[in-house]
Amino acid sequence: MGMAQDDLAEVLRTPLHDTHVKAGGRMVPFAGWEMPVQYAGVLPEVRAVRESAGLFDVSHMGRVRVRGEDAFDYLQYLTVNDVSRLPDGGGAAQYSLLCLEAGGIIDDIIVYRLGAEEFIVVLNASNRDKDLAWMRGHAANYKHLILEDETDQTALIAVQGPKAVEMVDALSDRDVTMLPRFGLDETVVAQVQTLAARTGYTGEDGVEMFCRADHARALWHELVDKGAVPCGLGARDTLRLEAALPLYGHEMDEHTHPYEARLGWVVRTDKGSDFIGKRVLTDLKDAPRTKVLVGIEMEGRAIPREGYPVMADGEKVGHVTSGTFSPMRGKGVAMARVAAKHGTKGTALDVVIREQRHPARVVPLPFYKNV
Amino acid sequence: MSSVPADFRYTKSHEWIKVDGDVVTIGITDHAQEELGDVVYVELPEVGRVLANDDVFGNVESVKAVSELYAPVAGEVVEVNEALNNAEAAINEDPYERGWMIRVRLKNPDEVASLLTADAYKAEIGE
Repeated sequence: MGMAQDDLAEVLRTPLHDTHVKAGGRMVPFAGWEMPVQYAGVLPEVRAVRESAGLFDVSHMGRVRVRGEDAFDYLQYLTVNDVSRLPDGGGAAQYSLLCLEAGGIIDDIIVYRLGAEEFIVVLNASNRDKDLAWMRGHAANYKHLILEDETDQTALIAVQGPKAVEMVDALSDRDVTMLPRFGLDETVVAQVQTLAARTGYTGEDGVEMFCRADHARALWHELVDKGAVPCGLGARDTLRLEAALPLYGHEMDEHTHPYEARLGWVVRTDKGSDFIGKRVLTDLKDAPRTKVLVGIEMEGRAIPREGYPVMADGEKVGHVTSGTFSPMRGKGVAMARVAAKHGTKGTALDVVIREQRHPARVVPLPFYKNV
Repeated sequence: MSSVPADFRYTKSHEWIKVDGDVVTIGITDHAQEELGDVVYVELPEVGRVLANDDVFGNVESVKAVSELYAPVAGEVVEVNEALNNAEAAINEDPYERGWMIRVRLKNPDEVASLLTADAYKAEIGE
């Protein structure tokens, strides 16, 4: 049997690294970090998140504090969503994108507003250096702006699932259940000062908490004691794919614009201020689509994987961007980018798996969602 | 510690081989299933297919990944474990019994002697 070899070169470790190892987490290299891919196994971890609550260390993701008088204007110019939709006083977050002038996606991010002049931007681990260079490059044009990469000094812990919010609430000095989706609040959880946001990447309700790096272990253990099940990157990837949440480098990259990645809703061409990519994205918004990102479900039991060709009428019409076995559907599912005319619901397509064509059809996204 | 039955033969690529006259039964080891995690799909050859040594005879898939299965010996596939279809968990739960994959009639019965013994395989996986 062929197995992938883990090449553990010099890698970064989160403040919870030893906790993962002690708990039997299988560590693998990911985006320059050593991260747990699984503990008990992908299937039981997915089940825990769908039925109860799972616990994720996502401290590998980049965290940059952006503050100063110019912070708002700077983020309005750098990101495609409308930062003015976040209240002046803070307390809310939004999903957004950094785009190139030509419209390609540099990264997908979350912008958390803490106050009128203070934000935290969360970046993909795989793009942290690139994003920081881009952010710093553009910061030079703003006088009253401070960027601080706080990734190494902080941790980010996600609790996700139908019981996640009540679990965190039981440990919190504030009423977390009252937080709206994408709301955030400073709260003390298990005696740890956190910034808690009702966000996540699993298709379930849940909370993501920022805290000091040296407090992460205490917070983690309290949540495990409350019944949250530690989950690895394997479960996280399956959960996000079932929820049709895109992953950078798979559904999007610098050669893909938001309208080809089901992310047109993020782009606020009407936001009343200039932003990087505005001219091209405004043109693309109303242009006919050539390629679209769709959901695919296999008819049989074969499993589609990233990169596999997608065929229609004997011709290649696209490829799988992410594919997996879906525990909730009990079969192989994928997101695929295909020629627009083959992207309508119900269209019969073939996925080429090891040189054989396997029938599939276009289905509505997400595959599963419970929030 | 994973289980490595003493009377089986093994490969470096983690297949096990149980010999019964000129027919061998083939599956993947306990160590292999632990490394893979939950098996959710397995693709096996048709009965009658003639395999050369080291041919890819199928694939085993976990949620996350696909792994190829390599023929440890040359010969003809005489039986395939159809019971694994829709019940792949048997590969995790019982890799040496219910989790068997194919039976092959050996082209050259002497080939078995070149396969790893249980002790050699244990050394291979560091146990």
